[in-house]
Amino acid sequence: MSDPVLELEELAVEFSVDDGVVHAVNGVSVHVDPGETLAIVGESGSGKTVAALAVMGLIPPPGRIVGGDVRLLGRALVGLREREYRKLRGADIAMIFQDPLSSLNPAFRVGDQIAEALTVHGALSKRAARQRATELLDLVGIPQPEVRARYFPHQLSGGMRQRAMIAMAIANSPKLLIADEPTTALDVTVQAQVLEVLRAAQREVDAALLLITHDLGIVAGTADRVAVMYAGRIVEDAGVDELFTTPRHPYTRALLASLPRVDAREGERLQVIPGVPPNPLALPDGCAFAPRCAFVVDACRDEVPALRAIEDGRLVRCVRVEELDGTPVGEDTPAVSWRA
Amino acid sequence: MSRDLRMREAQSAEGLAPGSAALLLPEPSDVGVETGGRPIRSQWRFVLRRFLRHRVALIAALFLIGFAVFAVVWPHVSSNGVNPPITRALSAHAREGPSWSHPFGTDQLGRDQFARVLDATKKSLVIGFGAAALSTLVGVIVGGLAGYYRGWIDALLMRFTDLLLVLPTLAVLLIIATNPNPSFFGLFDLPPATEVGGMILVLAVLGWMPMARIVRGEVLSLREREYVDAARAAGASGPRIILRHLLPNAIGVIIVFATLEVGLAILEEATLSFLGAGIQLPDVSLGNMITTAEDTVGTHLAYLIYFPGLVLFLLVLTVNFIGDGLRDALDPKSIR
Repeated sequence: MSDPVLELEELAVEFSVDDGVVHAVNGVSVHVDPGETLAIVGESGSGKTVAALAVMGLIPPPGRIVGGDVRLLGRALVGLREREYRKLRGADIAMIFQDPLSSLNPAFRVGDQIAEALTVHGALSKRAARQRATELLDLVGIPQPEVRARYFPHQLSGGMRQRAMIAMAIANSPKLLIADEPTTALDVTVQAQVLEVLRAAQREVDAALLLITHDLGIVAGTADRVAVMYAGRIVEDAGVDELFTTPRHPYTRALLASLPRVDAREGERLQVIPGVPPNPLALPDGCAFAPRCAFVVDACRDEVPALRAIEDGRLVRCVRVEELDGTPVGEDTPAVSWRA
Repeated sequence: MSRDLRMREAQSAEGLAPGSAALLLPEPSDVGVETGGRPIRSQWRFVLRRFLRHRVALIAALFLIGFAVFAVVWPHVSSNGVNPPITRALSAHAREGPSWSHPFGTDQLGRDQFARVLDATKKSLVIGFGAAALSTLVGVIVGGLAGYYRGWIDALLMRFTDLLLVLPTLAVLLIIATNPNPSFFGLFDLPPATEVGGMILVLAVLGWMPMARIVRGEVLSLREREYVDAARAAGASGPRIILRHLLPNAIGVIIVFATLEVGLAILEEATLSFLGAGIQLPDVSLGNMITTAEDTVGTHLAYLIYFPGLVLFLLVLTVNFIGDGLRDALDPKSIR
């Protein structure tokens, strides 16, 4: 196996606020191999977006990286000078944001925006950049690209806008694409199309994809491997099939059990995870999930469990992983495949 | 798009042969605005249309353009000069009230007041627009940098702006305008305020601060937009983001405020000239014409002060009406 495109090693990001220090990302280690799609899933506030911004070097103040490292193709990025970082952004790493309407500049024609992404890095002439922008719009399946290139963002539909964003992201053939909730702002009917375009674009430029999402349906259809985040830590890291068929961490199990099911019996209630996510200002000493966990023992509360490798390269952060089986937790949930 | 149409599209997509190129990417089910081949209306087209519907502003704009064209063309078609040689023939027509041959009458020496007012108007317009343009340039740079970079750059630039704002404007302007040999910190000479160029500089020195504050406020709010994050994520530098992403989105506010600055600059120039600084006789300006005619109020020669005053009033009024119209036209929430 070739070297990973992206490696996060014990990455820690803190936000110093008036009430104390928020440990948004708390020692995250994960890697993305060439051509691979890694999905980071987690609920709101689990630190997945902050981790992505840390890779871009764009953590907003008062946040800062307090430990660990980010390596892109073996090159350490933490502490890189802004000028150097700028050369990477949009060239080696590109990001696709959640809401394409607010991420596109309303005063710019979409073709010109894509052309700008090209001229920022390349020595391309304005004319050549425009030409390439039209090709890129065609590539992401926008009909009549030379006409649409002259559109302003508000004249495009949500799906078209996100396609344009994808075109912009792959403009400089990045090694790593980061997509932060790329379909959340979209109409359900176009989500699948946009994901397909994203994957096609990824294949086109042969990039690795880091997909940030809270939507397990998207993960199942798109990712090769999944890292589940909870309270700023990765609790499980597994291949997509393994994760959905035999989730091993109690949080992953509870998460999968809480999904609404087509084959649910009438009158059956949705499963919920009891309790609330921990206060990021005061994380528990031990396992952050312990207060909500159905399998909690005293050992869970003493110290943070290590992220340990179990069979076939899966990583699980749970002291009891060996003795627990891999079914979604739910009193009478049948253990079936979650793969769509 | 109607539901039927969508369903028909979905059906036709299903009808495609498997493996055909069209299946490589999903056909979009919605595309966005269909213009049916018509050219796309840009934002500016809408702005122009809304401005043209603003009747008062439109009349004001035509009036101002008329003023400007007339002021430029008139000296070439009229035989009445601004400062003709004082001859007996000229003096024979001194102190004549408005007539067809001298619409604004003649002054104590028999010079045509109409030609003189037009010449002064031309200077007022050049000074007004020049000073507004220069103020806008400085204000946009200062405000843009302060708003985008925040932190100590913002603190430094804005405290300096505040410092200039608390100065007694008229007194400081008078001091600067009466300096006969102005220079840039002794490095190179600047034109004195008795010339049009010098007057523009004087007015811009104390004219850019409100624009800087407005642009800063606008940039402070715009820089939090997601497209700025997106631009940063695409590797754009600070200056590039300010110039290409922030200012184009603030252009409406900038244009409106710059227009109002034109009226303000015209008034300030007239005030300075009236107080004896600025354009000096025999060159005419609206301000010094009013000064010269000061003692005619209440006499039959009062037209000598009324006409320059009226023109000054109309100039400032039209410019402000245009500003109002632009504000309405550029406001996206406007329903006109």
